[in-house]
Amino acid sequence: MHPAPSIIFFTVFSGLGFGMLSFLGLGKPDVSGFTAFVFFAIAFAMAVGGLAASSLHLGNPQRALKAFTQWRSSWLSREACLAVAALATMGLYAIGVVFFDTRIAILGLLGSSLSILTVFATSMIYAQLKTVPRWNQWTTPVLFLLYAMTGGAFFTAQMWLMPWLFPLLTVVQIVAWVLGDRRFANAGHTLETATGLGRIGKVRMFEAPHSSDNYLTKEMVHIVGRKHVSTLRIIGLLSLTFLPWFAMVFLPFGHMLALAAALLHILGALTTRWLFFAQAEHTVGLYYGQR
Amino acid sequence: MTTLPQSTERKLGLVIDLDTCVGCHACVVSCKGWNTENYGAPLSDQNAYGKDPVGTFLNRVHSYEVTPDVGATQTVHFPKSCLHCEDAPCVTVCPTGASYKRVEDGIVLVNEKDCIGCGLCAWACPYGARELDAAEGVMKKCTLCVDRIYNENLPEEDREPACVRTCPANARHFGDFADPDSNVSQLVAERGGIDLMAEQGTKPVNKYLPPRPKDEAIDILAPLLAPIAEEPKGFLGWLDRTLEKL
Amino acid sequence: MNQPVIDLSPKVSDEIRKTTCYMCACRCGINVHMKDGKVAYIEGNRDHPVNKGVLCAKGSAGIMQVNAPSRLRAPLKRVGPRGSGEFEEISWEEALSIATDTLAPIRAEAPQKLAFFTGRDQSQSFTSFFAQAFGTPNYAAHGGFCSVNMAAAGIYTMGGAFWEFGQPDWDRTKMFMLFGVAEDHDSNPIKMGLGKLKARGAKVIGVNPIRSGYNAIADEWVGITPGTDGLFILALVHELMKAGKIDLDYLANLTNAPVLVNGDPKSEDYGLLMRDKDNKYLVIDRVTGKPAAYDKKGVRPDLRGSLREKGNSHRSVFHLVIEKYLDPQYAPEAVAERTGINAERIKRIAAELADVAFNQAIEIDQEWTDFRGEKHAKMVGRPVSFHSMRGVSAHSNGFQTCRALHILQIILGSVEVPGGFRFKPPYPKPPEAHPKPHCGVTPGQPLDGPHLGFVHGPDDLCLDADGNPARIDKAFTWENPMSAHGLMHMVISNAHAGVPYKIDTLFMYMANMSWNSSMNTRGVIDMLTDQDEDGNYVIPNIIYSDAYSSEMVAYADLILPDTTYLERHDCISLLDRPICEAEAAADAIRWPVIEPDRDVRGFQSALCDLGGRLGLPGFVNDDGSQKYADYADYITNHQRRPGVGPLSGFRGENGDQNGRGDVNPNQIQDYIDNGGFWVHHIPEEAQFYKPWNKAYQDWAVETGIYDAPQPYIFNLYVEPMRKFQLAAEGIGTRQPPDHLRERIKATMDPLPIWYAPFEDGHVDPEEFPIHALTQRPMAMYHSWGSQNAWLRQIHGRNPLYLPTKLWEQNGFSDGDWAEVTSAHGTITVPVAHQAALNENTIWTWNAIGKRKGAWALENDAPEATKGFLLNHLIHELLPPKGDGLRWANSDPITGQAAWFDLRVKLRKVPAPAEASPGFEPIKSPVGKGPKNLTWESGK
Ligand SMILES: Nc1nc2c(c(=O)[nH]1)N[C@H]1C(S)=C(S)[C@@H](COP(=O)(O)OP(=O)(O)OC[C@H]3O[C@@H](n4cnc5c(=O)[nH]c(N)nc54)[C@H](O)[C@@H]3O)O[C@H]1N2
Ligand SMILES: Nc1nc2c(c(=O)[nH]1)N[C@H]1C(S)=C(S)[C@@H](COP(=O)(O)OP(=O)(O)OC[C@H]3O[C@@H](n4cnc5c(=O)[nH]c(N)nc54)[C@H](O)[C@@H]3O)O[C@H]1N2
Ligand code: SF4
Ligand code: SF4
Ligand code: SF4
Ligand code: SF4
Ligand code: SF4
Ligand SMILES: [Mo]
Repeated sequence: MHPAPSIIFFTVFSGLGFGMLSFLGLGKPDVSGFTAFVFFAIAFAMAVGGLAASSLHLGNPQRALKAFTQWRSSWLSREACLAVAALATMGLYAIGVVFFDTRIAILGLLGSSLSILTVFATSMIYAQLKTVPRWNQWTTPVLFLLYAMTGGAFFTAQMWLMPWLFPLLTVVQIVAWVLGDRRFANAGHTLETATGLGRIGKVRMFEAPHSSDNYLTKEMVHIVGRKHVSTLRIIGLLSLTFLPWFAMVFLPFGHMLALAAALLHILGALTTRWLFFAQAEHTVGLYYGQR
Repeated sequence: MTTLPQSTERKLGLVIDLDTCVGCHACVVSCKGWNTENYGAPLSDQNAYGKDPVGTFLNRVHSYEVTPDVGATQTVHFPKSCLHCEDAPCVTVCPTGASYKRVEDGIVLVNEKDCIGCGLCAWACPYGARELDAAEGVMKKCTLCVDRIYNENLPEEDREPACVRTCPANARHFGDFADPDSNVSQLVAERGGIDLMAEQGTKPVNKYLPPRPKDEAIDILAPLLAPIAEEPKGFLGWLDRTLEKL
Repeated sequence: MNQPVIDLSPKVSDEIRKTTCYMCACRCGINVHMKDGKVAYIEGNRDHPVNKGVLCAKGSAGIMQVNAPSRLRAPLKRVGPRGSGEFEEISWEEALSIATDTLAPIRAEAPQKLAFFTGRDQSQSFTSFFAQAFGTPNYAAHGGFCSVNMAAAGIYTMGGAFWEFGQPDWDRTKMFMLFGVAEDHDSNPIKMGLGKLKARGAKVIGVNPIRSGYNAIADEWVGITPGTDGLFILALVHELMKAGKIDLDYLANLTNAPVLVNGDPKSEDYGLLMRDKDNKYLVIDRVTGKPAAYDKKGVRPDLRGSLREKGNSHRSVFHLVIEKYLDPQYAPEAVAERTGINAERIKRIAAELADVAFNQAIEIDQEWTDFRGEKHAKMVGRPVSFHSMRGVSAHSNGFQTCRALHILQIILGSVEVPGGFRFKPPYPKPPEAHPKPHCGVTPGQPLDGPHLGFVHGPDDLCLDADGNPARIDKAFTWENPMSAHGLMHMVISNAHAGVPYKIDTLFMYMANMSWNSSMNTRGVIDMLTDQDEDGNYVIPNIIYSDAYSSEMVAYADLILPDTTYLERHDCISLLDRPICEAEAAADAIRWPVIEPDRDVRGFQSALCDLGGRLGLPGFVNDDGSQKYADYADYITNHQRRPGVGPLSGFRGENGDQNGRGDVNPNQIQDYIDNGGFWVHHIPEEAQFYKPWNKAYQDWAVETGIYDAPQPYIFNLYVEPMRKFQLAAEGIGTRQPPDHLRERIKATMDPLPIWYAPFEDGHVDPEEFPIHALTQRPMAMYHSWGSQNAWLRQIHGRNPLYLPTKLWEQNGFSDGDWAEVTSAHGTITVPVAHQAALNENTIWTWNAIGKRKGAWALENDAPEATKGFLLNHLIHELLPPKGDGLRWANSDPITGQAAWFDLRVKLRKVPAPAEASPGFEPIKSPVGKGPKNLTWESGK
């Protein structure tokens, strides 16, 4: 799939934002006043910024309200509804915490759950797609949730969780890659099944339908070199988990260091998310002789 | 409208005959022409006269080579537009309800007024049957020429999709798959029509007729010819005998 | 479910205007849907005889052609050097005065100094009328580089050809063999026909080195080695003859097989057909055993006929046929290696042909009467049919190969019978019924007759008193005696060389001669721009009419901008290349369904004006005033012979006469009201056996196709060829130059033979082992398609396709480039792999590559950076062979350009930035196209 910056930005930052919110809703860290304001501001900025970025991807963003109507069937619609519900709930909750020094626990719990559900819904937008076998497996929601939890925990300074979350994320990410690499082949989609010509013999593309590109080839047929992938995976994992974790555990704590670690984590997440899209092969690629 | 109808009254769709399609792209362009002028926004073209032209098309003809275990490689021209799937994943993913499948005939359409252009339906379609128009920002797809097939401003014989009407080789057929006696149902039955990527579970309505066997060895009905003569002389002898009989 | 309510019956258009498509020479009927006075949508006309409602990709994209940014806008006068593309727009008055001032003195002094050549236009009967009135012998259309082999071989052999002059009986044929066709002129009818065969499950065999398009759907693919079809076909003939699977009745009664051939080696007529005192062919009558005129009532021509006279035997043509084709050189085993088709397969195909032709014969219960007056109760059909085009004709052995194919059809008895091959009116028409070529020039006077035609011997050649070529293209000379369509591809190089003489003005219409329609494109460009010591152009004046900003525009001094096809009158006439089908005569018009929004004029209308200004007979009234206001006026009022005009329909004052009749002042409106065309059905009893069928002959006379019945028999043996051989043997007063004698003797065999394509003998097949071909893409018409925003997305670049063997040998992978070299030149181009391809053949789509600056495309358009022409590798002359001569890269009989004889070698090279050779951009006289298009005419 085409790794569109708006979508990468959206999934990474809304994940981080909602991850943070889910911790904040549980009173972790238990802060109030200006400190709380800063935490909430960062969380909201990321969640809202992410959502806003996603609208850059729309052909007709002015009609975005319509996207709240189909929650019964559409994960994208559900995500939109949940995101708004989560933001609204957490907004109310935040007002209490920041301005009134009052934590309405039940509201926080609700907001926190809605935040997690939002991330889940986001993940399901991808996981539901049978057309992209790499996404269409259990690892996708787990991974999205883990990214959100890890980032959320990290940015809300839940250091006690990090020794668990960083390794877990690392392992699940690796598992997702390993399974993902085989997933397309295992799903059994081939140019032979795509054309129904397999009963005659081996099929290969002779001429693309048009000599020029089209929306489909630009959007869904993206090729990344194998070497490129391994490099990016290593860089991604290093900055996503290893280096921040290493910094937190082995280096003397300081605000600048924490900031650097956070930025590294974000960079790592952007890298692996780029791979998440760029490496995802859509069945349409078969028709264009790609795979 | 994002949910799919339990069932539709009719199942309108196309049969594409891969044994007959010569890959002329006539259907591609007539589709472009009709749909530029009709249903919804025009199908636009970017960099129309430049380096990297990219336009919206609702029907495209691919070409493949198929190499059997024995025998020469074959070429197959392969037109592809929306298959109007019974279990259309493009519909259920749509957040706005713009994508829907019509109850009366099963045609899958995009209501462009509601479409936000998120592109998710195109992602959900296994076949590459949806294209987001870059000028209008809405999702375009084959409408099965819904604005032709019932159009009372057209003569009755023209109430068929533009691509079917234009196909010079008659490789495209339009009809109701819910009716076992329809032309399309019969073609599918006779020629063993198939689903594309059946494992996706989309239950396409459109069916493809596979190419007939090719380059078959010795035809039993026509055994090799027996010579009547090897030499002109012998031939003349035969000619004499034969002409006597005439 | 609450679905949105949609309008299922939107208004489609305000009005439908019916006219004729012009995106290719197939000439389908179209319905142009108009909205707010603009073209909104184009679809096929269901009532039209050619396309019956269907339309191809190009036809449907007509809207993008009519609105193309590359359309010329006004007459142009060159202001920069030739080739720069620098022009100034001038008025029509100025343009026509310049043209008149250039042409009038030429006509007065030496009319041959005008060379007037037209491309693939469809008004040749009109343009030739102009040229004849002007008085120059130098006129032809594009047929010489296109497919004259096909046309000439067909007409000399059987009075009609494949191409667009005939078609298989699609409704009845059971086995169809297609030789060397990618698309052809009859584009939609062939596709419709194949569709019919497929629906019936009839067998289709594709004979073609490349398996794409029509050949892709063929049930069997014969991936023949280019240039060897003649061998394959004659091996089929050999097999069928050897097994006696031939239609003896048909051969005896309807062909010249029983006609006696002069067998006296000492006679001046040695090898010519024998005639009686009424000049009728002699056969031996089986009833009497005596010689008799072939067409005498009751005669039973004897295939074994032979006549002893003064110690010599005059034997029938059939004797020669037997001797020739039973020869083991044509045995399947003998041809297998060269054709690349194994012997078993050839034998099996022969057996299948025989089985279908004779065991599955069909009969129609329809009485008919033949030209001998004999009644037949039934029409017997041999349901095997054949079609062929440039894959066979664009080789230097093409004429003989086409002839061989006709011989195959004829021995199977499958021409003009149910299930076989059928002519379309005005064919059949024997070669003798065509004019002979004329070249008699008198200053200030018209030419002494039509330019083009059919020669029947050395006497008919266009030579001057000294035996030099009379025409600038050297048509109808010893080099290519039967060049029925002229040799447009030789005009520029001969004019540049001043051989046979210098010309003053090159006037061309609708041919992209500085690009895809020339061999040796670079060389042609240089010839067009070459200057003498005084700085004058070697070809002094070039006038050109195009509708678009093509590559050729830059090389003219004066441009007469044409309209697009929806903006002008045209007629697709029975005098020319009509739109008839085998069942009916038909012709059609174009009419301005929209008015031009630019200062352009239909070229034919401009010629009416120019003819008037020049005072050409036929173009002026008695008082010297211009006779035809415009082309529409000509179409309506011109008469070739009394009662016969450009259009055959709606004749007579009331428009109620078919074929013949007085001028009908409302004729064009009658056509418009009838959907833009006229069809006139052939009666049932005249549907088959047309050359011999009395009912057909009478119908044709009635319809104005002939002036008198002219039944004839097919020429297995083409006597005029023998006459050229005789001359080469030293007989007769007109003698060929010595260096041509051997070639004429060898190639002008009156019975079809095969010889290796000439390029094989001039380049080293070891060094250049690969055959290189082009194919027409179905969705593009030569160079015009690239200006079309829709079509250029389908074919915006053209890889060179390589077979698996060459792909692997050279270690190619996707995205690679190759350097391809012929004896003449080198190109560097992108490659791609195709497995379904003859293992020694490479190919690309024709005419996709474009010159930077042309067609209103951006300079970085893929057509100009990655697209390429194979033409750079092909030369109009063969490489020198050390005999001091440069032989033409043409068929020695017709002069047909041998595009497909090309041999090359190739190697992998690192990908360059752009394909080469590259050319300087030309300046666009029309600017560039818009970036984006959102088209909707209603809005
Ligand atoms: N390598 C290779 N070269 C080939 C061939 C091949 O097979 N291989 N085929 C050869 C053959 S058979 C042919 S026929 C030639 C064709 O070659 P051309 O006859 O040169 O064909 P086009 O490119 O169509 O160019 C015709 C010109 O007509 C102009 N034109 C289009 N419409 C109109 C109109 O309405 N009015 C006027 N006045 N002009 C118009 C176009 O703009 C263009 O400049 O190419 C030959 N060249
Ligand atoms: N769409 C479209 N239609 C056109 C045109 C166009 O440009 N575009 N051009 C028109 C014109 S001007 C013409 S002349 C006609 C020509 O129509 P075609 O005769 O179809 O011409 P080509 O496309 O040159 O195809 C030649 C075919 O012959 C094959 N071939 C080459 N050498 C050999 C050989 O030695 N033996 C055999 N058996 N096959 C061989 C090639 O592989 C190719 O398939 O098309 C007309 N129709
Ligand atoms: S082919 Fe694609 S767009 Fe059409 S109904 Fe099926 S899934 Fe939807
Ligand atoms: S692009 Fe339009 S039709 Fe497709 S899913 Fe999004 S809103 Fe629905
Ligand atoms: S049915 Fe209509 S919209 Fe669909 S591919 Fe055919 S022409 Fe296009
Ligand atoms: S129009 Fe018909 S023959 Fe041509 S590409 Fe389309 S389906 Fe195939
Ligand atoms: S075949 Fe196509 S381009 Fe040619 S006349 Fe017919 S519709 Fe037009
Ligand atoms: Mo041609």
